Amino acid sequence: MQTFRFDPCDLPPSAIALRSEIREFLSTELDGYPTRKRAETWMGWDADFSRKLGEQGWIGMTWPKQYGGHERSALDRYVVLEEMLSAGAPVAAHWIGDRQSGPLLLNYGTEEQRQKYLPNIASGESFFCIGMSEPDSGSDLASVRTKAEHADGGWRINGTKLWTSGAHKAHVMIALFRTATEEGNRHGGLTQFLVDLDTPGITVRPIKDLSGNAHFNEVIFEDVQVADTQRVGDTHGAWKQVTAELAYERSGPERYLSCYPLMAELVEELSQKNSVGEREEIEIGRVVAEISTLRQMSVSVAGMLEAGQNPALEASVVKDLGAVLEQRMPGLATDLLERPFLVGSGGLDEAAAYLVQNAPSFSLRGGTREILRGIIARGLGLR
Amino acid sequence: MNDLQTMLADTANRLFTDKITKSIRISAEEGEWPGELWASVEENGFPLVLVSEACGGAGALWPDALVLLKACGIHAVPLPLAETILAAWFLDQAGIEVPQGPLTFGPADLTVNGDGTSLSRPMSDVPFAGVCGHVVALMPEEDGLRVALFADPQVESQVSTIARDPVSKVSFSAPAIASSTASLPGNSAQLFGALVRSAAIAGALQSILLQAVQYAGERVQFGRPISKFQAIQHQLAELATQAASVGVASDTAARAVLADPNNAEFDIAAAKVRAADAAQIGASIAHQTHGAIGFTYEHGLHFWTRRLWSWGPEYGGASHWAQILGKKAIEGGGHHLWSTVTAR
Repeated sequence: MQTFRFDPCDLPPSAIALRSEIREFLSTELDGYPTRKRAETWMGWDADFSRKLGEQGWIGMTWPKQYGGHERSALDRYVVLEEMLSAGAPVAAHWIGDRQSGPLLLNYGTEEQRQKYLPNIASGESFFCIGMSEPDSGSDLASVRTKAEHADGGWRINGTKLWTSGAHKAHVMIALFRTATEEGNRHGGLTQFLVDLDTPGITVRPIKDLSGNAHFNEVIFEDVQVADTQRVGDTHGAWKQVTAELAYERSGPERYLSCYPLMAELVEELSQKNSVGEREEIEIGRVVAEISTLRQMSVSVAGMLEAGQNPALEASVVKDLGAVLEQRMPGLATDLLERPFLVGSGGLDEAAAYLVQNAPSFSLRGGTREILRGIIARGLGLR
Repeated sequence: MNDLQTMLADTANRLFTDKITKSIRISAEEGEWPGELWASVEENGFPLVLVSEACGGAGALWPDALVLLKACGIHAVPLPLAETILAAWFLDQAGIEVPQGPLTFGPADLTVNGDGTSLSRPMSDVPFAGVCGHVVALMPEEDGLRVALFADPQVESQVSTIARDPVSKVSFSAPAIASSTASLPGNSAQLFGALVRSAAIAGALQSILLQAVQYAGERVQFGRPISKFQAIQHQLAELATQAASVGVASDTAARAVLADPNNAEFDIAAAKVRAADAAQIGASIAHQTHGAIGFTYEHGLHFWTRRLWSWGPEYGGASHWAQILGKKAIEGGGHHLWSTVTAR
């Protein structure tokens, strides 16, 4: 049985200095920014804000300077992430490029690809999305069927990607396509490509979620021609790249802080009441204990990333515990405030109404609870 | 883990795996003092792990000692080892020489005057008092903590916890043999008691996870080991996440005590909230996995789960500590909460 390692990690002095710099920046930039918008955290899209973060040097922080990065530590980057999330800053536009597309290109991309894409991600001007899921491939990622076939010296793509967050606004998709079918090897025959979303033959259709907002999409590829220079890594060799990418996708503090702005407003409202009951204190205190503990776990994962280790299993532990916590928050607000949250009312109520409706996605996106527990069970040697 | 922590963990694991047999567990529960086991624990210097080297201890730091406190849970140690480690630390912090033998501690009403320090009324719920030669009594004072060392406790009445550890009402025929103050919080008995129990819960959860994983791999039903059923896999995954969470929370609390024992309440409270909640979740999953056999006295799972049930509420349960955290968070206001969380 593999045991999980969460070595304690101290943030370096550079990270502590950086934190005050970020807080100052955010207090100016987000002055008067409504709670309802803050509640979107890393689903909130604001291209101007992303460009400003790029100017601050807070995107692509750990990347080499030659690609527009800043060669800072993963722990400095961690502080930027948690400060943005806790403040509810609109970071969606650059989030995916910074979190996983950039690192993927650094690990597996060609020199030409790195030079072409990385500096624009780091400056907050080029936005990425991830083309993994399909109509018949959700958790079972190896079953993807969208095909890339050799044609005219490059590749021709046909098929459909689904649930692609931000595809309607992003510039580039890193997509997983089937390039071969091999009997008995489901993980073989998959290849990743950089697809510029303005390539002819691509149709992006936003899909409304149950709250009425559209952040994810159906992306249809009809005879889309992509050059071989856009292939990321080896032909048929994407499975290990995707697995590594998912570890990045699951390792960050966004997996427990999605409801933090609501928590802050809930506590703020309680603090303004004349008297607060024992029940409120206990329930708030329990969440404080869980947030604080998850943060230590999350910092520990960042420390392992900084040390060049592979905390994929620990990241799954944090995401599973984190999703349970953040998913509980809107219900807790409902319980403690005991009033219906009205859409259009502004303030805490509208933020809560938004999160009540969005919470189901927290244990679906980026790997369902069932997938994560399967990964943890494998770590325990059960499968 | 640093070298000292690895050494402590290895020594404790070897010693406890070797020496704590099932028959020792059973006779300890029936009231027989496992003297030989205690002697080996003393030989290895465990009780004085937190006592300064100048006073004959190991001079280890809280994060190092936590390894032994977790081992108390990993091995369901039927001794007042956590109590002794903590009581010895209180004495050391107050500059009082630590006597030989097992120690225990608790909050007390003390009268301090020219004639010395004595109990105003009997101490209640003192763990293991019947087998300890000395008791450390603690009382808040204006500028810190009064620490008084009493010898020869007289047990007035005794009950036992779900873990079958004795807890007693005690008094003393003589005044304290030493009495001094330490610059520690007034609620030290409960505060640091909560920390040692959190660490023990972390250890016990780690152990029941291992036991449940092993059992699920061996137990065959419907033609395959039950570990192959997704329902079992996901429950054990949940147990694993709970165990990991309490491990991290208690490590964090120990580091907070190292940094400043007078400013560690937030992290200790968070650890105990997590530990007490996880103890219930974890014990329940381990039993569900073990089925009926785990419900028997013959099978040993209960040596761990009964401790989890007992340790959860000891020195304040989840609600007690959550209320302290919640009250502070609400008093501070929602816009200051994040700086509190990130101040550690």
